[in-house]
Amino acid sequence: MDLRDTADEAAFRGELRSWIEENLPEELQGHRGGAARFEGEAMRGWSRALHEAGFAGLTWPTEYGGSGASYTHQAIFLEEMARAEAPPHVGVIGLGMAGPTIMAHGSEEQKARYLEPILSADEIWCQGFSEPGAGSDLAAVRTSARQKNGHFVVDGQKVWSSFAHLASFCILLTRSDPESTRHAGLTYLIVDMHAPGVDVRPLTQITGEAEFNEIFFDGVEVPAENLLGEIGGGWQVAMTTLLHERGTLGFALQAALAVQVRKLAALARDRGADPLQRDRIAREWIEVQALRFTNYRALSKLVKTGVPGPEGSISKLVWSEANQRVTKLALELLGPDAALAEENAPYGGYWQHQQLRSRGNTIEAGTSEVLRNIVAERVLGLPKSR
Amino acid sequence: MDFTFTPEQDALREQARAFLAANPEPSWKELAELGWTGVSIAEEDGGAGLTFVEEAVLLEELGRALYRGPFFSTVAVTLPALPDDLRAEVAAGETSWTLAFGPLVPDLDTADRVAIVGGDGIYELEGAEREILSTTDETRPVGVVRGGDPGRRLADSGVLEEIRNRTLAALAIEACGVARRALEFGIEHASTREQFGKPIGVYQAVSHPLADAYTRLELARSLSLWAAWCVAENDEQAPIAAAAAKAFAAEAAVQVCETAIQVHGGIGFTWEHVLQRLYKRALWIESFSASSSTLRAEVAAALLDATPAASGFVQTPVSLTQGG
Repeated sequence: MDLRDTADEAAFRGELRSWIEENLPEELQGHRGGAARFEGEAMRGWSRALHEAGFAGLTWPTEYGGSGASYTHQAIFLEEMARAEAPPHVGVIGLGMAGPTIMAHGSEEQKARYLEPILSADEIWCQGFSEPGAGSDLAAVRTSARQKNGHFVVDGQKVWSSFAHLASFCILLTRSDPESTRHAGLTYLIVDMHAPGVDVRPLTQITGEAEFNEIFFDGVEVPAENLLGEIGGGWQVAMTTLLHERGTLGFALQAALAVQVRKLAALARDRGADPLQRDRIAREWIEVQALRFTNYRALSKLVKTGVPGPEGSISKLVWSEANQRVTKLALELLGPDAALAEENAPYGGYWQHQQLRSRGNTIEAGTSEVLRNIVAERVLGLPKSR
Repeated sequence: MDFTFTPEQDALREQARAFLAANPEPSWKELAELGWTGVSIAEEDGGAGLTFVEEAVLLEELGRALYRGPFFSTVAVTLPALPDDLRAEVAAGETSWTLAFGPLVPDLDTADRVAIVGGDGIYELEGAEREILSTTDETRPVGVVRGGDPGRRLADSGVLEEIRNRTLAALAIEACGVARRALEFGIEHASTREQFGKPIGVYQAVSHPLADAYTRLELARSLSLWAAWCVAENDEQAPIAAAAAKAFAAEAAVQVCETAIQVHGGIGFTWEHVLQRLYKRALWIESFSASSSTLRAEVAAALLDATPAASGFVQTPVSLTQGG
């Protein structure tokens, strides 16, 4: 047990910290998340700079253009990026989900075609999993893929798809066997978002911004070589994608929450806090430390044994609920000014925006209810509820 | 960064769990023979020359087993004040100690000798009358001392900060041991007890509170081990880590026990079930030394005030940033 950085880790952290300082354009620093995190040419440029410096796809194997770095370096990278309030690489879905899935299940041709442009941010990816009738219950997907004349014809609707309005490609989970139910008969496809019959409609959310979209597929022809894995084997491929979604994500979340709590403390110093509010601020600071060291425990176990510890499964659950409390407490500290928005509000409406955006945290990437089921069944070994 | 236990530390935990399962009420001499009383005492004084991390491993297991005896008061509390010759006696199992640093003195029924904080230092208290008080947690008696005279001067009051940090970190990790056992009872009961034709753990109204209990416990354990490591390394974050860990872990242990009692239904509320003992220990931990809200007030002062409150915190290490 040694909670300090090793010499190698400290060197990487130091090098990264100065690189970010020198390279992060001023207008991108202190990004407030939400829709602003992927719009504009500057974001593309920043992503390209990250790639050129070797920080995109840090843990990807070198044969696919990555840096082959350790999970520990990836964790340090995510911590330092959050600490500097630097926006992430715009290819979030490609780097974290589509890329690793293609590496695991793709053909050599697919790897050669798709991986490099993900790293360079030349091609952005989106995810087509959720449907109006298939949210937490992913095995209920109905978007169909019929085989016809050597290709697939896709019809259906996907929803809550971030980046779809910018994306070149979509990782799409379809039902290829109309007679099938549940996990069987699913097929995983790569779909060109510019193909005829693909229609993307932005969804305006509680913050007034549009971060995610509906995608409609109307007789979209998908070439046979865009199949990922086996026909009918889509569920196994989708599980690879979701496994990677939860990977080292915890570090980015915890580091972002640490920044949020730091800002909350600054707000309290700025505008004052009564003893009850001070107690809650202390609570949140303690909770961030707890989350941070829980992530470290899970990471250490992953590095030593190759298998992440069960502690890691609570990371997103804890983060999402903490972020909701922290942002709401900030509004309380603002007093009547909490009612103001945008340029009329203190700090440009930062906290109002953060608080509203945080309501999505307990829904996106696994609802808190589903995550509690996962803890109860897979970690505690309680009998399955369904 | 490596936040795992060594194979030796894991082996120590297994040994402790097996021993305490077979010997629920070990004597001080027996603990000394196992090497537990001298874990962090130097080898030349008959100890093992290890650290507070190994002591934390033992404290977690002793909490789990609801051990009754002077381990906490001797090893976690008084040890930093003892000169080498007296440490050698502790390592040999010849004496145990407690420290009167508040009106209620822990383990006063079993500790052989009593130290007292007075003026500029810590002294042995001689010739005092002991009164053992009736307590809710019968496994962790406290008492008061009356009269007596200061005898040998043991240490300068400079060690009080270390004593404070060790005490808080020890209580935090002990709370984790208590909570772990309560959670195991809860899981076991929810998996086997059937109502409406199914094990009750199928119902999310039962399973989700248990998932939350697990979550609070793991967070508590992360903080407690961080605090233990800081104490072992004499890290500058030790004061705030120990305060944070005790504030969080004590409340978590109380919550986990309450969840386990609720999941058990009527049997969880009976004297016969061990849950009531675990619960009372968790409540004792929450109340002893400093309550969670008092500790959070200290954390808040360190975070928010230009000059730190008279809390014993070193201000500079209270870093809100990550890593480094």
